[in-house]
Amino acid sequence: MMRPHRNHPLWYAFILHRVSGVSLALFLPVHFYTLALALTDPERLDGFFRWTELAVVKFAEFGLVFLLALHMFGGLRLMALEWLPWSDRQKSMAAGAAAVSFLISGVFLLRAI
Amino acid sequence: MSSDLAELEVSVWRGDAVSGRYEDFRVPAHDNQTILDVVSWIQQHLDPTLSYRYACRVGMCGSCAMMVNGVPRWTCRTHVKVALQDNRISIGPLRNLPVIKDLATDMDPFFDKWVAAEGRHHPSRTRDEPIEQIDPEDAARLEANKGIECINCSVCYAACDTVAGNADYLGPAALQRAWTLYNDAKDDGRQAILDAVSGTGGCHNCHSQGSCSHYCPNDLNPMAAIAGLKRATARSFFKRSK
Repeated sequence: MMRPHRNHPLWYAFILHRVSGVSLALFLPVHFYTLALALTDPERLDGFFRWTELAVVKFAEFGLVFLLALHMFGGLRLMALEWLPWSDRQKSMAAGAAAVSFLISGVFLLRAI
Repeated sequence: MSSDLAELEVSVWRGDAVSGRYEDFRVPAHDNQTILDVVSWIQQHLDPTLSYRYACRVGMCGSCAMMVNGVPRWTCRTHVKVALQDNRISIGPLRNLPVIKDLATDMDPFFDKWVAAEGRHHPSRTRDEPIEQIDPEDAARLEANKGIECINCSVCYAACDTVAGNADYLGPAALQRAWTLYNDAKDDGRQAILDAVSGTGGCHNCHSQGSCSHYCPNDLNPMAAIAGLKRATARSFFKRSK
């Protein structure tokens, strides 16, 4: 069970940034390996592209785009927090980062299906 | 009057630095009752050996902070109704500090870190010189003013996960004190402060989780102070490396 003292928006912003960052770090080697197939094994890459047409994979891609956008906008918030004059609207900015990320990944999903 | 007949189910941590467990008590409920009232009632009516710490009872001295249902709070100003969950309250010693006995923690690490963060006055003039005139509207003075109501209760220190994960981390209260002094025109230790807060346990450990600011009972913002120190130390680093 989650510790009660963590139950507030900016702690959630922290954990989402951490989880999205670790997830993307795990994803990137797979991503580069897949791209490298274009040079080393194009037929396998075509097979992979056919696999990505599955609905469940499209949905997973939505999650991936959401995490990517969340990490980017959340990271921009943190850089602003550390380098720009202080703003008291940290919770609003964290919520805004999540909302924009959901919008971007939602548009991606609607275009993908 | 009906609420006066009701009873609260209260779990209180009993133990010392080595081990302990939660012990259950039933305490009469009242319309106006703080967590400190509950602890005092247990000590006065059920178990005189219960150890805890308090002094002023009006939110000024900062000595009565405890974990209430897993959240750090100043118990003298926390109404039971705010914390009550299913008629139950758990009361434990502050997190991130060694327990002396029951609800009393050893605050030495907390105050040692104030000293380590150069959270002491560095005089800019001697007593023979005239007192420096301070403009109350000066931007630095306004920044310093934001942190001066800290009562050293250690609620922020107990709320901080970075403190929990890194024993050397100076913590929100000490760093906020350092930021206050850094902005104080009467303090002559700016470089000493920046050196103290930019080391291994310094401000750059902060992950901006914001628990310090969320739980500060005086509505102070240590997270903003730490962000200020991060900017000041970075500025100092780039200036010195020129």
